[in-house]
Amino acid sequence: MLKKKHYLALGAVTLAALLIFSLPQRATSRLKLATGSLFLPLFGLLNTAQQLPVDAANAVMPRRALLREIGELQGENQQLRIQSAQTAAMARENDQLRALIGWQRQTPWKLKLANVIVRDPANWWRSVQIDLGSRDGLRENLPVLTPDGLVGRVASVGYARSQVVLLGDPNCRVSARVENPAHDIGVIGASGPLDTSLVELTYLSGNADLKSGEGVVTSGEGEIFPPGIPIGQVVDSRAVEFGLYTEARVKLSTNLGALEQVWVLFP
Amino acid sequence: MNLFNTILILAAAFLAVFGEAAFPLLRHWLGAQVDLLPVLMVYAALNTDIVTVSLLALLGGMWFDALSANPLGLSSLPLFAIGFVIYLQRELILREVPFAQFVLGAVASAAAPAACVLLLLTGGQEPLLGWGSLWQWLVMTAGGAVATPIVFEFFNWCQKAFGYQPRTEPSFRPDREIRRGRQKQNVNF
Repeated sequence: MLKKKHYLALGAVTLAALLIFSLPQRATSRLKLATGSLFLPLFGLLNTAQQLPVDAANAVMPRRALLREIGELQGENQQLRIQSAQTAAMARENDQLRALIGWQRQTPWKLKLANVIVRDPANWWRSVQIDLGSRDGLRENLPVLTPDGLVGRVASVGYARSQVVLLGDPNCRVSARVENPAHDIGVIGASGPLDTSLVELTYLSGNADLKSGEGVVTSGEGEIFPPGIPIGQVVDSRAVEFGLYTEARVKLSTNLGALEQVWVLFP
Repeated sequence: MNLFNTILILAAAFLAVFGEAAFPLLRHWLGAQVDLLPVLMVYAALNTDIVTVSLLALLGGMWFDALSANPLGLSSLPLFAIGFVIYLQRELILREVPFAQFVLGAVASAAAPAACVLLLLTGGQEPLLGWGSLWQWLVMTAGGAVATPIVFEFFNWCQKAFGYQPRTEPSFRPDREIRRGRQKQNVNF
């Protein structure tokens, strides 16, 4: 039998939930970020705890090993400087040629490093939170990548942290191009809930001839992701809807299950 | 019931949500993350008052949604529904028996994510679903079922160790004392 206080509790919780649901999008996302910032001290504590063994290992590392590592890094640095100078010369030449034929000039990528703080606790989304926010100049829909390839895009931005939807999440669709002679274009969509390494490449033309191992990169057609960012490799393909179009499974080049640091790409 | 239990449950919910987001080991091994909020809700519904149940549903749900891509407040409704139903029926439940706790934990852990996904689909959202979701659902149900008796044990231990017990009235009452003695009887006669 329901008592008065039961009715009160039922009404209060339902009212509170309805009130939150009916808030404007902007207010809800602010409230969400404010609620999430309650966890900041714990994030800091976790970061410190994770850093402790690294610091301890660094403290006991022999000087000889450090010197050897410095030497190797200096060599690698010199090599990269030479390559950078060569690339800069090629970029200048590319710009001159583009100017000659009247194409738009390509701007170099600006990248900012971010740490992955937490993963989505819900099993039906694929997203992470990073430690960059609006104070670092982040805004929605900026591409996020690792040296291996594309990771996803920035979905919402708070002051000091942001949410990134990963490839395979239903809210992260990417226009992709297969690196084959026909340059087939499709859309990277949702994946299965268990395997984070495979995504579906859909809406390829019906006569697309894909081979296993062919590379898949961003096509640049969605105007969010610049062209040429590696996504993965084709695993297999099949005709769907009586051959109306083709679908393929793509193995992602980035391991989304082990993300620790990512790069946010600024235009 | 005292305030200590309410604070302890809310603190546990806060840490549970943080742990689920910060430590994805279980997700790596089993492909799914176990949610401890329904388990805490079972404990709260069986052992505390309706205010604690409501607070846990509202705050726990909001904390969970704040770290997730869920719309804010979505998880609160299923949690409260589970807690409210158990709370109303708690006189009929053998709450001290681990098997009853196990079964309640399983039912709550199965119902909460299912209700969340149903609410998402009703709201026009597109959550990540497939045949693998069944496996994730089973893992969440089994994980919640196993965790419930452990959570009950933990809270009972905390209650004994840190909580205060209500003052019990002694059986002695001065007005019902039977006075005996030879001298007094002699005086009366």
